[in-house]
Amino acid sequence: MAKKKQTETVVMTANGEQVIKKQNLALETWRRLAKNWSAMVGLAIVIVLVLCAVFADVLYDYDTQVIKQNISNRLQAPSGEHPMGTDEVGRDVLARIVHGSRISLEIGLAANVFSLTVGGILGAIAGFYGHRVDNIIMRIMDVFLAIPGTLLAICIMAALGSSIFNLIIALAVSGTPGYARIVRGAVLPVRDMEYVEAARAIGCTNKRIIFKHVIPNSLAPVIVQATMHTATTILTIAGLSFLGLGISPPTPEWGSMLSAGRAYIRGYAYLTTFPGLTIMITILAFNLLGDGLRDALDPRLR
Amino acid sequence: MWKYILKRIIALIPVIVGVTLIVYFIMSLAPGDPATTILGDQATPEAIAQLREEMGLNDPIIIQYARYMLHLARGDMGTSYKTKKPVSIEVFSRFPATAKLSVMAITFSTILAIPLGMLAAVKQNSFFDGASMIFALLGISMPIFWFGVLEQLLFSLKLGWLPSSGNDYWYSIILPAIALGFHNIASVARITRSSMLEVIRQDYIRTARSKGVPYGTVIRRHALRNALIPTVTVLGIQIGALLAGSTLTETVFAWPGMGRFMITSISGRDIPSVLGCIIIFTLCFSVVNLIVDLAYGFIDPRIKGQY
Repeated sequence: MAKKKQTETVVMTANGEQVIKKQNLALETWRRLAKNWSAMVGLAIVIVLVLCAVFADVLYDYDTQVIKQNISNRLQAPSGEHPMGTDEVGRDVLARIVHGSRISLEIGLAANVFSLTVGGILGAIAGFYGHRVDNIIMRIMDVFLAIPGTLLAICIMAALGSSIFNLIIALAVSGTPGYARIVRGAVLPVRDMEYVEAARAIGCTNKRIIFKHVIPNSLAPVIVQATMHTATTILTIAGLSFLGLGISPPTPEWGSMLSAGRAYIRGYAYLTTFPGLTIMITILAFNLLGDGLRDALDPRLR
Repeated sequence: MWKYILKRIIALIPVIVGVTLIVYFIMSLAPGDPATTILGDQATPEAIAQLREEMGLNDPIIIQYARYMLHLARGDMGTSYKTKKPVSIEVFSRFPATAKLSVMAITFSTILAIPLGMLAAVKQNSFFDGASMIFALLGISMPIFWFGVLEQLLFSLKLGWLPSSGNDYWYSIILPAIALGFHNIASVARITRSSMLEVIRQDYIRTARSKGVPYGTVIRRHALRNALIPTVTVLGIQIGALLAGSTLTETVFAWPGMGRFMITSISGRDIPSVLGCIIIFTLCFSVVNLIVDLAYGFIDPRIKGQY
């Protein structure tokens, strides 16, 4: 009853019919998501991380506090002045972790946007046109999926050498087939819906049908995949950097900080603990949010 | 059944050609001329040109790939730039260590994860359910390399119970296998729980119960077998993560396997060795996935019937 009432008020306040429908879906999803406390915890952490990344320069100056070495200050245990202590060359660990969030989120976002665009277009074409096109695209994607993602990223980094740009390429390429498969799976059932048939009957072009009808209606699994895949991407960035293949020092990156801290594990365990905890909490947050979104976007699961 | 297995093996061939082609092509993008790397900077241009011709580096990439695959079929993966030994010897001498680690990790984690997921489903919404699912979420979010470092810190440095690195004793494998398998426990337990929850609400479970079959038997004989199919799928996917994870685990624990060899080869710009390792890893992944697919038939007679 309450839900119906809400729908009506939206109808009265909004202007166009299209707008009402979209607002409704988003609003309803949000309401369901808000009831899920673990998803809210995840969302809160993600927001804090984004704020850290956006305001990193306001909190800590990159040149003087994040990169600049200060040997007289080295290996100080956590204190009021340095809440997470200082590392082997006297840099504040918290400052580096805050700036590290910018690296992880930027690279994660860039790689995901690329994978989503390329994989999404390929998957949509495969799912929408079917038959031969579908077969060709998906067999190629299957071959990419037959290589474990992280291993593909390692392979690309080994060939191209470590730099931020190469890292984005490696993660983007290894993420693309996953998106293609998800989008294809989401588009397939929508393609045969009556409203798509109706659109075709009134003479809509394929392009218009894909962008106006198919994509909006198959968005839910893609949103979930994007959230979950962000977690995987950030974990891979940290893993590659830990192996020395991702981001090289002195750029602050969580995985490479953890790797550098290993040499001082006797007596200075906090050097590995804080970056490790940060990675874990970040991954946990995106996973919680993704789980919550999946439940909220798929009413059948309730 | 045999016909199906044969069909699947034949279907594997284009996949193997595809993955090796992709990996070969990516690795050929590596900067630096192999002939110069082998002969050193002091070599004369003539000598380099001659070696390039001998190695077939002037041929189109697809011809080079075909030649590589022909050699690979005979077990020849070229010569390591660094050690000057055949890559096949370098890789296969390290393969057993990686295989042992992966098998240990997957065995122990599955043995632990399936009962964990089952119990969580049977006692849904209990304290045990909540605790085991929080444990599973932590496991999924825990980076392998950090978990490994924590293990070293606790069991090697603080308690001194187990060696922190190497493969010198039979018990050296315990810490790396736990680190590698931990992530797997989480994923398998989660999927077992959710598929078990779905299965125990089915009519045939109620029928079995109402016929008077004891609850434990119903869960073990009727529910578990039906719930295992998604679990097996996840196990297949996990193998890929496991292979990549073994690289991280071997680096943390200085485990003398293929993954660690691959990383040291990457930093040494030893392209044939890197290529050899990645190709063996991907081949293993394809073969294991085939085995997982065939395992469905043993779990589910309905799938077997389709063969």
